[in-house]
Amino acid sequence: MAIATATRMGPKTETTFRIVAPVAVGVIVLGVWQFLVTVVGVSDYLLPSPASIIEEFIQFWESILSASILTGSNALIGLIVGSLVGIALAALAARWRAVDQMSAPVVASLAVIPIVALAPVLNSMYGADSQFGRQAIAALASFVPVFINTLRGFRQTTLVHRDLMKAYAASSGQVLRTLTLPTARPFMLTGIRIASSLAVISALVAEYFGGPRGGLGGLISTSAASSAYARAWAYVVASIALGLLFYLVTLGLERMLQRHAPQAQRRP
Amino acid sequence: MSTAVEIIGVDKTFDTRSGAVQALTGIDLTVEAGEFVSLIGPSGCGKSTLMRLIADLDEPTAGTVEVFGKGARQARLDQEYGIAFQSAGLLPWRTVAANVALPLELHGVASAARSTRVAELLDMVGLADFADRYPDQLSGGMQQRVAIARALAEQPRLLLMDEPFGALDEMTREKMQSDLVRISAETGAAVVFVTHSIPEAVFLSDRVVVMSPRPGRIQEIVPMRLGADAARAARTEELREERAFFDMVTAVREALHQGAPVGTAPRGLENR
Repeated sequence: MAIATATRMGPKTETTFRIVAPVAVGVIVLGVWQFLVTVVGVSDYLLPSPASIIEEFIQFWESILSASILTGSNALIGLIVGSLVGIALAALAARWRAVDQMSAPVVASLAVIPIVALAPVLNSMYGADSQFGRQAIAALASFVPVFINTLRGFRQTTLVHRDLMKAYAASSGQVLRTLTLPTARPFMLTGIRIASSLAVISALVAEYFGGPRGGLGGLISTSAASSAYARAWAYVVASIALGLLFYLVTLGLERMLQRHAPQAQRRP
Repeated sequence: MSTAVEIIGVDKTFDTRSGAVQALTGIDLTVEAGEFVSLIGPSGCGKSTLMRLIADLDEPTAGTVEVFGKGARQARLDQEYGIAFQSAGLLPWRTVAANVALPLELHGVASAARSTRVAELLDMVGLADFADRYPDQLSGGMQQRVAIARALAEQPRLLLMDEPFGALDEMTREKMQSDLVRISAETGAAVVFVTHSIPEAVFLSDRVVVMSPRPGRIQEIVPMRLGADAARAARTEELREERAFFDMVTAVREALHQGAPVGTAPRGLENR
């Protein structure tokens, strides 16, 4: 019965529900949290109350903003460089089998490198006052999903399309432009969307292992170390917001470039 | 009358993991300009392979394929033919108009001339109102009509079609056959049409080339006496109910059964 009602919902009701439901869940969780701390009396030391976190967030707003910009720009540089290298290498691997075979083990090992292992090494390589190590880690983390997805996308061209291009005597540049790249585009964009979250996480985690201060990761660890737990949580909230921002922007990019997808949904 | 396709002594062998497979052997076939020729036969008789050789999508192991007096490769490079496959093969990210414009675009036709030509073609296949739609918004029959418009974009004198209506339902299929009869009469192009439907081959063709499998060869060429060339446009729905039509269907069916072992019908054939 409940299922029947759900499927009979109008599209407008459905959209409203999709927004209202998670917001309601969030409000309830925050309410219970606040209740636990203020009424039940869970120690502030264990779990700072939402109100105190908001208070810290407002008080340290300027520092939070500058830290977000620092970490965000490291993640963005990493994401852009990683994606460009990933796409370029995928194009080479799709074109020449030898490149594919040579790169496969390298990519597989890059995919399993833990950030925690690489961060101290890069920090000592590039010095304690350089952001380069963090950007490099974000780039490495972004590279893998972009490369793997793009390469898969390059291999999605169908036989009938390839036959058609041959029948048209299209040059290899024309085939790339009119067939291979458009076919790979949705895969490429999915790779970049996955990479966007990874880039933020990597840039942030890399800050735990030394290097210049002032990023979100660094401030979380300093605040926690000086027992300012509510402040640490405020920086965590900012990190989540930053990650979401990256994700939503790349998602928007994906939607925008897949122009005809929403039209297809309009089909009766 | 000049010759559209001339195939002399063609063999085609595919190398597979389980050894060489003889797909075609000793094929000789001539298609005159403006002639409609169907290739029919059971699965595995090499009819699609033969069409791919004419299109230079594959190369013969022995023998020669000439299209309008040129080698098949040169003819492909000179864009002497238009082609349509069983799956429409439209690019899903392009609109109907942009799909039809694709060959014109690839061959450097100026934008203004391109849009005029695309409008003409969409008019011809009855899809003028769908120019801005995307392929996934069209039915299978409409997609196939877009593919035919695209094949006709550069006014080829030869049209190669590999089971273009194979995936369509019976109603749509008969409608498309009538449309094709009209279009081929309008354009005057020679057509090489691969099918496994006997009535389809009979309805459309001037000659039906009956092929048999293992190894693929030409069993018999059955001329259709249903009014060739100029009278082709006069082929209407009524023809499907005339006695001459059934006689031709019988003639093709008998030619097909000659190549099969006694008592078993050739596989993969449709009598509908």
